[in-house]
Amino acid sequence: MTRKKRRLLVLLVCGIGLGSATALTLSAFSDNLVFFVSPSSLAKMGPSGRQVRLGGLVEQGTVEKSSGGQAGARFKVTDGNASVLVTFKGILPDLFREGQGVVVLGVDQTDGVFRASEVLAKHDETYMPKEVADALKKSGRWNPAAGPPPPASTWNQSATKPPG
Amino acid sequence: MDARSSVAPPRTGKTLHRFANPGQFLRTSGKVLPWLFWVGALLTVAGVIWGLFFAPDDWQQGDTVRIMYVHVPFAWLASAGYFSLAACCFVSLVWRHPLADLAAAEIGPVGAGFTAICLATGSLWGKPTWGTWWVWDARLTSVLVLFLLYLGHIALVRAFDDPTRGYRAGAILALVGVINLPIIKFSVDWWNTLHQPASIGLMGAPTIASSMLWPLLFSAFGFTLLFIAITIARTRAAVMERRIRSLLMARASSPGGEEIPL
Repeated sequence: MTRKKRRLLVLLVCGIGLGSATALTLSAFSDNLVFFVSPSSLAKMGPSGRQVRLGGLVEQGTVEKSSGGQAGARFKVTDGNASVLVTFKGILPDLFREGQGVVVLGVDQTDGVFRASEVLAKHDETYMPKEVADALKKSGRWNPAAGPPPPASTWNQSATKPPG
Repeated sequence: MDARSSVAPPRTGKTLHRFANPGQFLRTSGKVLPWLFWVGALLTVAGVIWGLFFAPDDWQQGDTVRIMYVHVPFAWLASAGYFSLAACCFVSLVWRHPLADLAAAEIGPVGAGFTAICLATGSLWGKPTWGTWWVWDARLTSVLVLFLLYLGHIALVRAFDDPTRGYRAGAILALVGVINLPIIKFSVDWWNTLHQPASIGLMGAPTIASSMLWPLLFSAFGFTLLFIAITIARTRAAVMERRIRSLLMARASSPGGEEIPL
């Protein structure tokens, strides 16, 4: 075996070892690597009094903006199976709306209300021009409050101008 | 090629070694470099102007979406640049190619700069859309680790008096860091993150309107050519610097002040 072949072999073996060690570590800690928990898993955990991040979609028809002098809102965050009532005092991000993904930081109280100290809007991987969104809404193919838009392949050809 | 060059003696006969010959590299890259630079600059300007002024607004982000035409190419190049750095380090460790050492040392600062711009534009984009400059989710954190790996490589290859030892240590660090690349790519799929999953993939149709995809592809391709051009220009400079240094040393040590043509 030449020295080059030996070096190649050593590097490959080290790579495989390091790769599998990292994969095992990451899969062992994958519960701690999540940025937020879903309403279902929050319900399973029960109120702990600890600060957690809760992520999900803003449930349709549940948003009540507070009417008093202070900015704030009550809304439900859902993942389709469970939903959690969230109260928040403060300014909501611009992208906040019904059907939008959000991540809220706060404490799950024993009374079943999640008091949020921070609301972040999560946006999905779909990028579409305003005209396309309007056309989809008008034709009844998509309701932004109800869920994510239809796949891009269904509207990309019909609704946008060809490139160039 | 100059017989006095301090960089490896040319090995003839093998295809790969022909390109690793520094003299051949200087000749070939000198011809390619202006093309890379000007085509890259043209595509970049076209893509960025198209994206910033002519592409449509996003239906919910409005004009903010235009940061994408800079952020996304730099994010791709941050990872791709690290991959090329690691590939050079691999060649350097296995085949001991001096040109790969030089290229790895020169890719480092360029990649670090691109990663820094990716992080900065991402932060500027995050504030108006998510409502925060920074969160410690898996995607953002793994890209920050990538930036630190670049900085570590930059520091390590320059930390030794004997450059060869620096290249060796830097190569090992760079190869260990490769494990971060799949973590960056799949962080948004494996764990829930604030950062959204990829809109463009090898499998499946893109989830971005084609009127926004085209300018993005133009600017991404342009920035890629510019990245390659900058790296090649830096590597050429490093090869020439090495040659000059070895010529000066040969002149200084030659008895009787014998003239050595530069």
